[in-house]
Amino acid sequence: MTARLRYRKLVSGFMLGMTGLAALITVAVLFFILGYLVYHGGTSINWDFFTKLPTPVGENGGGMANAIVGSAKLLFLASLIGVPIGFFGGVYLAEFSGGAVAFIVRYAADLLNGVPSIVIGIFAYALVVLPFKHYSTLAGSFALALMMIPITLRSTEQFLQAVPGSLREGAMALGASKSRTIASVVVPAAYRGILTAILLALARVAGETAPLLFTAFGNRFWSPNWSQPTASLPVMIYTYAISPYDDWHRQAWAAGLVLLGLILVVNIVARAILARGVSIPRT
Amino acid sequence: MPVNIAPPVGQLPSREMPAASSMRMTVSHVNFFYGAKQTLFDISLGIAANKVTALIGPSGCGKSTLLRTFNRMDETVRHTRLEGDILLDGQDIHAQDVTQLRRRVGMVFQRPNPFPKSIFDNVAYGLRINGSKLALADAVEKSLRHAALWDEVKDHLHKSAYELSGGQQQRLCIARGLAVEPEVLLLDEPCSALDPISTAKIEELLVQLKDLCTIAIVTHNMQQAARVSDYTAFLLTGQLIEFTPTPHLFTTPTDPRTEAYITGRFG
Repeated sequence: MTARLRYRKLVSGFMLGMTGLAALITVAVLFFILGYLVYHGGTSINWDFFTKLPTPVGENGGGMANAIVGSAKLLFLASLIGVPIGFFGGVYLAEFSGGAVAFIVRYAADLLNGVPSIVIGIFAYALVVLPFKHYSTLAGSFALALMMIPITLRSTEQFLQAVPGSLREGAMALGASKSRTIASVVVPAAYRGILTAILLALARVAGETAPLLFTAFGNRFWSPNWSQPTASLPVMIYTYAISPYDDWHRQAWAAGLVLLGLILVVNIVARAILARGVSIPRT
Repeated sequence: MPVNIAPPVGQLPSREMPAASSMRMTVSHVNFFYGAKQTLFDISLGIAANKVTALIGPSGCGKSTLLRTFNRMDETVRHTRLEGDILLDGQDIHAQDVTQLRRRVGMVFQRPNPFPKSIFDNVAYGLRINGSKLALADAVEKSLRHAALWDEVKDHLHKSAYELSGGQQQRLCIARGLAVEPEVLLLDEPCSALDPISTAKIEELLVQLKDLCTIAIVTHNMQQAARVSDYTAFLLTGQLIEFTPTPHLFTTPTDPRTEAYITGRFG
């Protein structure tokens, strides 16, 4: 083996090592976080955590039932607002627009995606909290919906564009109008991808804390309706983590574990749906 | 060498084309443009009712473009322009609602394009969107029988169309097109993506389908045109060179370019 060859093998091995190490670190970080959460919060997850309300400061025990329900309500309403807008916007982009309009809409969606979540929160505060004069689930959902829209829109657009033009032609040649074609052939063909996109958008906003800080705000009790402040898991974690009480710290770890666990499950389910086939196979 | 498929010359059918009254579709002085580029030049011909008309010619001659104007599928592409008249049963196709037109003039494409639905739902699609009140199951069975696919799929109607072979998928697309009982069925190189056995099955089918509807087929396979069609139109770089009954075109073509093409001197 010549010296040149030895050198090349060394460089190759070094690069393999470096890139492998980077990949390993990436994966390891996720497992570290999970491990940390399990270690610190695993023991605190009990029936009380899911069913009891927070107890007054100083008293141990209690749970985060209101935060879990609050997060669920926030996400539900956010989906109700954000998903239709994102979906139909995506349909418009993929099927009806061309040239300049498409470029502008796409660019705007991408920019919206990049707006810092706290800025979205301020915007929702100004638009919903101030006029109604109190914090509310509605305001929190509004902020989260704004974050879901660009993700849903771009993904819907991409999955619709992946449907082959031959399917559209086939439907139109049978006498289907354009909107009929989209509704009965194109969207059903892309439904897996779109569903996945919605789930991933949900998973993304489920953990957002900043926009909720001054929209949904927080609540030590059950939130009675949509126009009152509500507790949510991410904000609860924040509040408890920066407090001086050990019991609260313990509960914050548990909440973190539950939140991450839910997000992971949603991610895995979404990928499983997608793995069964995005669009058209064969021929 | 001319393609040897016709009976001795003395027994050939008349060289005359059918009268205008027995033309299901009439094309008059059609010019077609993709943007600034003209691709069809002053085409005039007729598609005879209940007969098979073939459009042949080398790649790029405009035969698919011409076929697609018959059901206004050219309008799905941007920046195209059509001049001239195309009539279906004497009525201008551009004066009608396009979705109604496409119900009457169906199309089967080069690559089979079944929908990601079951076999049954594929065939029933046209019927459902047109609000048909027919018993769907009967109509679906009828179409699948006409497309010579019923026996192969009758026990599997709810399986996905993608589980069929290429030849079966193409017959499914034909069944789907037939389900709405079109007056004219356009086929754009329906067998070019298929194996010889499937091709033979579909060619047999086309000859039988004449009784149901008028057929126009684009093919780059001259022998196929000779086998299945009654009339053949030869196109070259967007112009109609010759349009005669099939046996005559392949044995005694009048234009030297036709002869050059069918004898393989270019193509």
